[in-house]
Amino acid sequence: MSWFSQTISSSIGKKLLMALTGLFLISFLVIHATINAMIFYNDGGETFTHWGHFMGTNPIIRTLEIGLVAGFLIHIADGLILWKNNREARPISYEVNNRSANSTWYSRSMGLLGTLLLIFLVIHTAHFWIPNRTNQFQTGEELNLYQMMLDIFQNIWVVLIYIAGCISLFWHLLHGFKSAFQSLGLHHVKYNGIISFVGTAFSFIIPILFALMPLSIYLGWIQ
Amino acid sequence: MEGNMSLSLKVWRQSNKDTAGGFENYKLDHVSPDMSFLEMFDVLNEQLIEEGKEPVAFDHDCREGICGACSMYINGRPHGPLRGVTTCQLHMRSFNDGDTIVVEPWRAKAFPVIKDLVVDRDSFDRVISAGGFISVNTGNAQDANSLPIPKEAADEAFSAAACIACGACVAACKNASAMLFVSAKISQLALLPQGQAERSIRAEKMVAQMDAEGFGNCTNTGACSAECPKEIGQINIARMNREYLGAKFSSSAV
Repeated sequence: MSWFSQTISSSIGKKLLMALTGLFLISFLVIHATINAMIFYNDGGETFTHWGHFMGTNPIIRTLEIGLVAGFLIHIADGLILWKNNREARPISYEVNNRSANSTWYSRSMGLLGTLLLIFLVIHTAHFWIPNRTNQFQTGEELNLYQMMLDIFQNIWVVLIYIAGCISLFWHLLHGFKSAFQSLGLHHVKYNGIISFVGTAFSFIIPILFALMPLSIYLGWIQ
Repeated sequence: MEGNMSLSLKVWRQSNKDTAGGFENYKLDHVSPDMSFLEMFDVLNEQLIEEGKEPVAFDHDCREGICGACSMYINGRPHGPLRGVTTCQLHMRSFNDGDTIVVEPWRAKAFPVIKDLVVDRDSFDRVISAGGFISVNTGNAQDANSLPIPKEAADEAFSAAACIACGACVAACKNASAMLFVSAKISQLALLPQGQAERSIRAEKMVAQMDAEGFGNCTNTGACSAECPKEIGQINIARMNREYLGAKFSSSAV
C-alpha cells in the first residue's frame, strides 16, 4: 500500500476524512441556507429564483457541485465503514452500561443521526435537486423551484419530515462541528472557546432557518 | 458491626477465553464501608473458598492506584462511580446498604477475557513495543541544564505520563478505541527533547499497531477522559492526530 492510502485507511486517516468532508458540508450548508432564506423576502420568489438560477447555471458552481456530491458520498461511506469497524471492536457488549455518566447521547449517536439525515437527503433530493437537474439535462431549462416548494410544502407530512430532518441536523452538527476540529488536531486553549461557541450557534441557526422554510410555506406566511 | 452493609453482587464468571461466560449472583453480608472494592472481593473469595467454590479471578497488584492492574466495569462504568479513581481505591462507602452491584470485565475485541474479570491487555504492550520508547545508549547521566525543558512542556508531558495503561479508556469508549492511551504515550515523548529523534516514526508505528490490534476509532465523545482514573485529557488525542498526520504527510518514510 502506498503511504497515502495507508494514511487514509488508518483510524486517524478515516477521522481526517470525516472531519474534512464534514467541514466542507458545513460550508455548503451556509450557502444553501443563505440562498434559500431569500424566500423570506416574500417577493413571489424573485430574489430566490435569481440566486437559484445563478447556482444552477454558473459553470464554477456547477463544477464545485461535483465536489459536493463527492463530499457527501465520502462522508457517508466513511461514516458507515467507521460505524462497522467500531461495532466489531466490541463483539460482546456490557450487561449494564451507564453511558450518560461520561458522554452526551448525541455524541454517541452520530451514526444514527447521520442515517436519519441520509434518509432525509434521499427524500429531499428526490423533491428538488434530482427532478431539476434531470430536466436541465433533458431540456436545458430549469424548473420553477419556488413554485415546487409552494406545492410540496402544502402536505403536512412532508413538512413534518423536513422538520425531523432539521432536528437530526441540529444534533449531528452540535457534536460534529466541534468534533471535526478535534479530529484535525485543532485543540488549543486560545481557540477552544470560539470553536465551541461558533459550533453551538451554527447548530442552532442553520436548522432553525431551514425548518422555518417549509413551516412558513405551510402556514401561508410565504406565498 | 454497626454500619456494615449487605450487598448483592452480580459477577461475570468465565472459565477461560474459549468458553462462554455468564453472570453469577452472590450475597455478601457484613461489608465494612471502609473496605476497598478489591477487599470486598477478597471477602467474597474467602466465602467462596469456604463453600468449596472457585474464587473469582481478578487483576490487582499495587492496590494504591498506580499500577493499572485492576480493571472492573462496575455498574456500567470502568472503575466504578467515582471520578479519577481506580477500582482498588474505590471504597464501599461509595455504595449503599442493600445495593446490587454488577461487575463485568473490560469488553473489547483487543482485550479478550482470560478468566472471569481478567482480560488480556497484551495489545497495549505491543503498541508500546512498536515505538513507545526512546533509543539511547547508556552512559553517564548528563548535566541537567544541557537539556532545557520549558516548565509547561514538562508539566504536560508529566500529565500524559500519568497514564497507568489500565485500559479504562477502551472499556468506556463506545467504540472500544484506544486513542486516549496511545495519545498519552505518544505525547509524553513528543513533548520532551529526548523524544524528538524518533518522534515521527513513533507516531506512525504506534498508530499502525493500535489499528492492527482491532481497537475502534475515536468519535470524540470524551467518555475516555471522563472515566480515566488519571484524568488524561482530550488534548492528547488532538496532539496524536497532529503527530500522526504530520508524520505521514512529511516524513520521508514511504
